[in-house]
Amino acid sequence: MTRGRLWKRSLVVALLSLLPVIASGCAVIGGSPQSVNRPAGDSMRKIWDLFVPIFWLSVLVFVLVTAILLFALWRFRRRPGEDRRPEQLHGNTRLEIAWTMVPAIILAIIAVPTLSLMFELDREPGPDALTVRVIAHQWWWEFQYPEYNVVTANELHAVVDRPVRLEMDSVDVIHSFWIPRLSGKRDVIPNWDNVLIFTPEEVGTFSGQCAEFCGIQHANMKFRVIVQTQEEFDAWIRQQQQPAAEAPADPLAARGRELFLTPANACIGCHTVAGTQAQGKVGPDLTHVGSRGIIAGGVLENTPENLARWLRNPQEVKPGNKMRLPRQLTDDEIEALVAYLRSLQ
Amino acid sequence: MVESALKLERARYERSALVEWLTTVDHKKIGILYFWTSLAFLLIGGLLALLIRTQLIVPENTFLGPEAYNEVFTMHGTIMIFLVVMPLNAAFFNFLVPLMIGARDVAFPRLNAFSYWAFLFGSLLLLSSFLFGAAPDGGWFGYANLTSSRLYSPGLNIDFWVMGLQVLGVATLASALNFFVTIVNMRAPGMSLMRMPVFVWMTLVTAVLILLAFPSLTVGLVMIMFDRYFGTNFFNPAAGGDPVIWQHLFWIFGHPEVYILILPPMGMISEILPTFSRKPLFGYTFVVFAGMVIAFLSFGVWAHHMFAVGLGPVPNAVFATTTMLIAIPTGVKIFNWLGTLWGGAIEMKTALLFAASFIAMFTIGGISGVMHASVPVDYWQTDSYFVVAHFHYVLFGGSLLAIMAAIYYWFPKMFGRMLDERLGKLHFWLTLIGFNLTFFPMHFLGVDGMPRRVFTYSADMGWDLWNLVASIGAYLLGASTLLLFVNMLTTLRKPADAPADPWDGRTLEWAIPSPPPAHNFDVVPVVRGRDAFWIEKYGAEEVVGPAPERHGAESGHNPHNSGSGNEVGHGSSAGHGQAAHIHLPPPSWFPLTTAAGLTLMGAGMVVHATESLASLGFPIVGLGIAMVVVSLLGWTFEPIHEESHA
Repeated sequence: MTRGRLWKRSLVVALLSLLPVIASGCAVIGGSPQSVNRPAGDSMRKIWDLFVPIFWLSVLVFVLVTAILLFALWRFRRRPGEDRRPEQLHGNTRLEIAWTMVPAIILAIIAVPTLSLMFELDREPGPDALTVRVIAHQWWWEFQYPEYNVVTANELHAVVDRPVRLEMDSVDVIHSFWIPRLSGKRDVIPNWDNVLIFTPEEVGTFSGQCAEFCGIQHANMKFRVIVQTQEEFDAWIRQQQQPAAEAPADPLAARGRELFLTPANACIGCHTVAGTQAQGKVGPDLTHVGSRGIIAGGVLENTPENLARWLRNPQEVKPGNKMRLPRQLTDDEIEALVAYLRSLQ
Repeated sequence: MVESALKLERARYERSALVEWLTTVDHKKIGILYFWTSLAFLLIGGLLALLIRTQLIVPENTFLGPEAYNEVFTMHGTIMIFLVVMPLNAAFFNFLVPLMIGARDVAFPRLNAFSYWAFLFGSLLLLSSFLFGAAPDGGWFGYANLTSSRLYSPGLNIDFWVMGLQVLGVATLASALNFFVTIVNMRAPGMSLMRMPVFVWMTLVTAVLILLAFPSLTVGLVMIMFDRYFGTNFFNPAAGGDPVIWQHLFWIFGHPEVYILILPPMGMISEILPTFSRKPLFGYTFVVFAGMVIAFLSFGVWAHHMFAVGLGPVPNAVFATTTMLIAIPTGVKIFNWLGTLWGGAIEMKTALLFAASFIAMFTIGGISGVMHASVPVDYWQTDSYFVVAHFHYVLFGGSLLAIMAAIYYWFPKMFGRMLDERLGKLHFWLTLIGFNLTFFPMHFLGVDGMPRRVFTYSADMGWDLWNLVASIGAYLLGASTLLLFVNMLTTLRKPADAPADPWDGRTLEWAIPSPPPAHNFDVVPVVRGRDAFWIEKYGAEEVVGPAPERHGAESGHNPHNSGSGNEVGHGSSAGHGQAAHIHLPPPSWFPLTTAAGLTLMGAGMVVHATESLASLGFPIVGLGIAMVVVSLLGWTFEPIHEESHA
C-alpha cells in the first residue's frame, strides 16, 4: 500500500468516525431542562430565532472552506517519487478583493438583525410589568416583590405572558442571572442595579443558575422560575403575605420554634421569620420556607429528609457555604426544627 | 590576537554543560530552553485538563471537591496560556527569527536570557502554590472583587497568581522589546520588510501587541495587589470602588492576548504550507496586512467579553461591530492559505497534515466567534460550554495544532534529527480525532444550557452523555500527546544526521547546517527577494525590488556581522578565516541572577501574606531588590569585548 493511499484511508476513517458523533449530537441535544433550543420566553425565543440562520451561514462557510481544503489536498498532492515544482504563483488581487468582500457582506447580513434585537431586548416593558428585586448572595438568590411586600429565596414566581422586570444587585461578588429557556444572561454586580426584562410564554417550572464564577460553590447557586397563571400567582402572593404561623399547635413544631428562636443557637443571627425576633439578613428569609420546592441554593429538594440532612451538617452538603452551626444539633433537635420549618407554609 | 580571542571564547564555551546552559546568551540555546520548559508545562496543564474531564465524566462526581476543582481549572487556563502557548511561541521566535532574517543573534542577547529565566522562575513561583495547597482558584481571568478582597478569597491562592503573573509579565515585555528591536534593526542586507518571512512579520506584530497590551494587565494586577495588601479600594464596591474596572483592564490585555497566542501560529502555518506545496505564500502582502489589521482591531474589541455585564446597548453595539470586522482579515488569511495549497505539489508530511488541519479547525473556532459577536446570541453563549468549545477550537485547534506542525517542521533544524513520520502521522490522527471528540460535544452542552466553571452537575440535567464523550476524547488526546514525546525522545537518541534542508525549504534557516553553528552564518547572507533561500536554489522568475547594495545596507548594521561574500552562506562552504572574526557575546550569569532577584521580590510578597511568616515578607522583598540592583550593576559593567583585554 502506498503512502498516499494510507493517508486517504485514514482520513476517511477519521471523518466517518466523527459523523455519528455529529449526527447523534443533533438528535440528542435539547433534552435538558436548560436547553435553549426549546425557548419558553420571548427573549430566548428571539435569540434562538436569530441564532438559527447564523448557524446555517456558519455551516455553509465551514463546508465551503473544508471542501476546498480537502479537494486541494487531494487534487494537488505529490505522488511518491514525483518531483515537480509548480508555477510560483504569488497571488491574485481580484481574488483577494472578492474574498474580502464576501465575509464583509455575510457579516453585514448578521449585523443588522443583531443590533436591532439587542436594542429590542433592553426596551422598557409596559406598566403591567411585574417588578422583582433580585439580590444575589454567595451561593443563593433572594427575590423581593416590593409592590406586594413579599420576600422569598431561590424560587422566582412570575406570570405567564406578563413581562418581568428584574432589578438586580449583589451583596458580595459578581454573579450572573441565567434561566436558559427564558432569557439570556445579565450579570449581577454590586452597586450596578442591572435590569433584565423578559416575558415568560409557557406555564411551568424552569431551572436556572448563576453563570459568573463567584467562588467555591458557584456550581450550586441554582434557582427556579415558576411561571403561573395570574390566578395561581395571586393565590401564591396572598399566601406569602400571611404572617408566619404563631406558636404551632403541633408540640414538636413548637419545640422547634423555641430552638430556632433561642439566640444561643444562632439561627436568628442570619435568618428572618416575619413576626418573630428572628430578623437576620445574611441567609434566606424563612417566613414561608415550608412552601418552597428547593432549599440551599437549589442543591436539595425541600423534603423533611433533606432539611434534616442540611441541619445535621450543612458543610457536608455544600462545602464552603456560609451556614455554620455553633454546635452539632442532636437528632431530636433536628426533628423538631424540621417540623417547625415545614410548618412555615 | 585573533587566535587568542578565539581560544578564549572556546575556553568559555567549554565549561561544564550545566554552566553553559545556565549562562548562555545564544538565541538558539535559549529557544531550546523555552521549548523544553514549555513542553514540560504542557504535560502539567494537560494533566490538569484530564483531572477536569475526570471530575465531569459523570454527574455528581466526588473525584475532586469544589475547592480542588476551582484550583485545577484556574491553573489549567493560566498554565496553558502563560506557560505553554506563549513560551512555545517564544521558543520559535528565539530559535528562528535571527536565522530567518540572517542575523547572528538577537539585539540584546543577555536581555533575552533574562526573559527566559524570569519566565522559568515566575512559572515556578506560580506552580509552587501547589506545594502549599494554595493554588490560584479565581479563574485565569481573576475577576475582582472575588479576587481583590481577602474577605472573598482568603489564603495565598490569589497572591501566588498575582505575583507569578507579574514576574511572567516582565519576562514577556522584555522579550517583546528584544524581538521588536531585532527585527527592525538586524535584518541581513537586502531583507527589506516586505521580503521578511511571514513568521517574522507575525513575530513583529505580536511584539507590538505585547508591548501595548501587557501594561494593562500589569496595572490591573498592581491594583489587585494594593487592594489585597494595602487596603486600597479600587475594586471594593462597599467603598465606592467598581469591580468592573478590572474587567476592562483585564480584557484590554486579554483580547489582544488571544492574538498574541494565535498570530505566531498563523505565521508558522504561512511558512509550512508554502514549503510543502512548493509554492510561495499566496497573497503575501494581504496576509501580512491582514495580520496588522487584526492586531489593530484587537484593541477595540475587548468589551465583547463583557456583553452580559450590562454596559448598555450602545457600547455593546460598537464592540459587536468591531468584533465582526475582525472576522474579515481572518477570513482573508484562511482563503490565502487555501490559495497557497491550490495548484501546489503538496507533500503529505506530518507537519503539512497538522498545518492543513489547523485551517479547518481554526475555521470552526473563527465562525463560532462570529456567533458570539452577535450580542443577543452571546447573552446565551457567554459563560456556557459553547464558549469553552469555541476558544478551544481557537487555542487548541488553532494555536496548538500549528505549534505541533512547527515542531515537526523545525525539529530537524533545532536538533539535527528528523522526527519519525509514521509515529508523527499516528500522533496527528489521534490528536485530530481526540480533539474533536473532546471539544465538539461542548457545543451541544452549550445548547443544553450547561454553564462553565461548575465542579458538578446533577443527574437530571441531561448533560451526562456529552460530558462522557468529551472525557473519553480528552483521554485520547492525552495519549496522543504522549506519542509526541515518545517520538521526540526516541529521535534524540539517534545520531544527528538531518540534512541542512530536509523539506526543500524557502527561508534562510534552511541554508545553514542542522543544527546551526553557534554563529549561525559563516557569511552574512545577502537577500535577493522573498523566499530568499528558494531564490538562491532555483533562481527567481522575477526578483522583487532592486538588488541590494552590499555596503549601503551594511552601514549602521551590527558591526560584528563581518564578511563580504555575495551569496547565501552555505555553512561549511565558507572560509574558516572569516569565521574567526565572528565575535559572539560571552556568556553571563547576570540575566539569571536578575531574574532570580525579581522572583524573590514576588515570593517575598507572598510570604508577607502568610499568617506565621508575615514579618519575613518585606525583608525577602528587600533582598530581592538588592539582588536585582547588584545584578543590574554587574550586567552594566560586564565587559562584552573581553578579548581586547587578553
